[in-house]
Amino acid sequence: MSAFLDMGGYAAFVWPAYLVTLAVLVLNIIWARKSLARALQAARRRTAAAGEDS
Amino acid sequence: MRWTWFHRLASPPYLYALAARLTPWFAWPAALLILGGLYAGLVLAPPDYQQGEGFRIIYVHVPSAWMSLMVYVTMGVAAAVGLIWRMKVAHAVAASCAPIGASFTVAALVTGSLWGKPMWGTYWVWDPRLTSELILLFLYLGFMGLRAGFDDTQRADRSAALLAIVGMVNVPIIHYSVIWWNSLHQGPSVMRLGKPTMPPAMLVPLLVLLLGFTLFFAAVLLVRVRAEILQRERAARWIGETLRA
Repeated sequence: MSAFLDMGGYAAFVWPAYLVTLAVLVLNIIWARKSLARALQAARRRTAAAGEDS
Repeated sequence: MRWTWFHRLASPPYLYALAARLTPWFAWPAALLILGGLYAGLVLAPPDYQQGEGFRIIYVHVPSAWMSLMVYVTMGVAAAVGLIWRMKVAHAVAASCAPIGASFTVAALVTGSLWGKPMWGTYWVWDPRLTSELILLFLYLGFMGLRAGFDDTQRADRSAALLAIVGMVNVPIIHYSVIWWNSLHQGPSVMRLGKPTMPPAMLVPLLVLLLGFTLFFAAVLLVRVRAEILQRERAARWIGETLRA
């Protein structure tokens, strides 16, 4: 296991590279879902307001 | 040739519903392929005879770099379609591409730099491949900045689309930079004419990851496109009907 973590002496480069890429993948999921949630919330507010007007 | 599918895609409520329906069909295969590919790349693939275990950076670097280019081409084509056929949803697609592409360009640059240090002895050189990839990041950021600079969505769409289309010249420059110029960066080993230069045990995990990242892009894009459509169509009646349904 420690040999695996050591990555043949390249641990300081391999693991940060994987970490950055995983972070970008996860952030993309979070950002996309957040932007959809925000847009849905705004749309719901508008429909509710329009419903009260009529 | 029937073009009805094209016209249907141009309809915001149709595309909104389609995007919602399709997202899981891209997201779950993407998750499986990426997790499987990373495991295969880290554990199953044999170490490289020159770079030892350090070569495993390839499994995050190449898919990120692939995304940076593939997303840009998608953005440029969508922008062109939006400009030529005045199709609003095409601009929504282009606008949704930019933050995804920019983030993977950052990943490609950072992982490349982390690979360069042990193998070339430096985090960064002003090499044609590295420089053109950095310009790609600036194109994405310029596209997003330009959009943010307009209050009027239509004018933002048109100006940003022009930038995206002009920036397309950078895509072949990045791809061929390692062939045209004397570069520190290695030549193509997967996307080249003839056979790839890697043995199957190393190549297969990479191909799995390339497919996984591509499906991941599709899934994230579909979610973002829905958000874009909701914002752009805020005055439309179908939104209220869809939300109540």
